[in-house]
Amino acid sequence: MIAFLRRRPGLLPLLLLAPAIAWLVAFYVYPAIQMLQASLWSGTLETGFAFSWANAATYPEALGRYSDQFLRSILYAAVSTLVCLALAFPLAYTIAYRAGRWRTILLFIVIAPFFTSFLLRVLAWKTVLGDDGFLLGPLKAIGVLPEEFRILATPVAVIFGISYNFFPFMVLPIYVSLEKIDRRLVEAAKDLYAGPARAFQRITLPLALPGVFAGSLLVFIPAMGDFVNAELLGSVQTRLIGNVIQSRFLVNNDYPTAAALSFMLMAGILAAVFIYARVLGTDELESGIG
Amino acid sequence: MADVDVRLVNVTKMFGDQTAVDGITLDVSDGEFFTLLGPSGCGKTTTLRMIGGFEQPTSGLIELKGEDVTFLPAHERDVNTVFQSYALFPHLTIFENVAFGLRRSGIKGDEVTRRVGEALELVQLIGYEKRKPAQLSGGQAQRVALARALVNRPAVLLLDEPLGALDLKLRKQMGIELKRIQREVGITFIYVTHDQEEAMTMSDRIAVMNKGRYEQLAGPETLYERPTTRFVASFVGASNLLEGKIGSDGDSWTVTLPSGDVVRAPKSLGEIGTGGAIGVRPEKLTLLEPGQESKGNRLDGTVVDTSYLGVLTQYTVEGAGGLRLLVSEQNVDRTTRSDTWRPGERVALTWKPDHGFVVGDSKSA
Ligand SMILES: Nc1ncnc2c1ncn2[C@@H]1O[C@H](COP(=O)(O)OP(=O)(O)OP(=O)(O)O)[C@@H](O)[C@H]1O
Ligand SMILES: [Mg+2]
Repeated sequence: MIAFLRRRPGLLPLLLLAPAIAWLVAFYVYPAIQMLQASLWSGTLETGFAFSWANAATYPEALGRYSDQFLRSILYAAVSTLVCLALAFPLAYTIAYRAGRWRTILLFIVIAPFFTSFLLRVLAWKTVLGDDGFLLGPLKAIGVLPEEFRILATPVAVIFGISYNFFPFMVLPIYVSLEKIDRRLVEAAKDLYAGPARAFQRITLPLALPGVFAGSLLVFIPAMGDFVNAELLGSVQTRLIGNVIQSRFLVNNDYPTAAALSFMLMAGILAAVFIYARVLGTDELESGIG
Repeated sequence: MADVDVRLVNVTKMFGDQTAVDGITLDVSDGEFFTLLGPSGCGKTTTLRMIGGFEQPTSGLIELKGEDVTFLPAHERDVNTVFQSYALFPHLTIFENVAFGLRRSGIKGDEVTRRVGEALELVQLIGYEKRKPAQLSGGQAQRVALARALVNRPAVLLLDEPLGALDLKLRKQMGIELKRIQREVGITFIYVTHDQEEAMTMSDRIAVMNKGRYEQLAGPETLYERPTTRFVASFVGASNLLEGKIGSDGDSWTVTLPSGDVVRAPKSLGEIGTGGAIGVRPEKLTLLEPGQESKGNRLDGTVVDTSYLGVLTQYTVEGAGGLRLLVSEQNVDRTTRSDTWRPGERVALTWKPDHGFVVGDSKSA
């Protein structure tokens, strides 16, 4: 076996990739094909489903019908990503450079929420943010907030929930990319007349971009498909495309529409990621010229 | 005497309760190639970092061109550093690396292109502008680091073991190049190394550091011919140090060795305190047949080891009372015989009193 590989070094990467490829084929490609097929079905659970390419009309139809939820998903996911980024960067920066021996503890605190289940955390927030919960209740009692003030069942609650749940996915990659920047580079920048702000802008930030990129994807992608936060913290007005897909599938048994929406969601995310990569990529180039 | 570029007055740096730099006072003149030489951990980098502004002295004063910069941040000092690790910016091209300092000081357009071009020409890297640091060899990266610092025409350039990562041959070659560039641009260099050969070949003056302070500050020749402390005598080149009972005899110091032999050194060399000794370099010693006549200092001994090293042969000779001396003899024109001495042979060791030097203990705090 080893002798065989020695004669054909090109095969080694294939061999190393084989388990991952097998995994992807079994659990991604195959279900995806099934879904593609389902999206071209017509009929109902009672009458049975029939496949026809003509059913491609389901796509524009579904898009038209649920464009609000689509746009809302994009908006909420984008805002959540920005919120996460704005909070995570300073935190990751502090952990990486200023935390000293507190570093490990802070990192642990960042991921600590993962030790309880996703659903439990969202439910906990539902209680915390409740109209007369222990956050708003006392404030209302002393008259700081008006009686009709609410957070729960508003877009703010949903965006908050999404940001909160995916926050560690933003912190960790940014932390890793900051942590591996050689601090001597920043010293070198200062040696070359860059003040602290310039040194950050020209050296630290561009070198941390891969982490920002990874973190943004790790937040944005699951946020696009979110339905739990919208369901538990939101209202009918905050329904996301994830809620639609979920209810089409599991409540209405409308498999074709659900499948078509899933595919369009996937395509939309891919397009967004691609655009984002291009923007960040050119940004990095320009920072070298500017 | 040229103007003073860098002045350290009683500079001390503590890390916690550990003293890294211990009250250094020195002046570096304009255009000088000044070297801090010393073993690992003696405080060379710390001294350099305080001059560069990356570390603040616990006490003392640092002046650049007569101006107190002790607490001025690094980016406001007219000093550039070539870091031991090069610290090139990995995301920027070679051109942008070199242009970095120029852009920060507000130079624009053609002027940047012209000066980066000049700097790259100086280090012979024209044509590498578009590459990224990862695409360079160690020697090339080192030259980019040099260009990136030199392009700003600082008053003083600090170099922290810039050749440390290179192999011996490249190091020698780059050393010569560094010296050439320093002469061409006339910038003051403060150079840190633990390699005494590197220090000797390049420097105008060398401060030999030990435990946070320097023991001797002098030109290469003086350091070698007239080291003043035991530490310098053994760190810069090899030395035979002869200890014994110190005495005085007219114009000479005398050391009465445990064997009873007496060796001399001229009083003009300096004071031998109670803790002093006379030293002599291995190549200043001559080996003679036991019967041969000689003037000056003379000890009898037996060859215990012979190593042929090409250019020279190195002998270890054991004298009376277990005293061991190192002798090197050039492999041309042997003075007394044509073949090497063999272990076991009886010899006489001789040297001129003038070739000796007088060392004291390391200065203590
Ligand atoms: N940031 C720091 N914190 C604590 N101690 C330090 C720090 N920097 C240096 N030291 C200590 O100060 C002393 C001098 O260090 P320095 O780096 O100046 O040595 P050096 O002469 O440059 O040695 P080398 O040749 O190994 O580079 C060492 O004992 C080192 O451990
Ligand atoms: Mg050092």
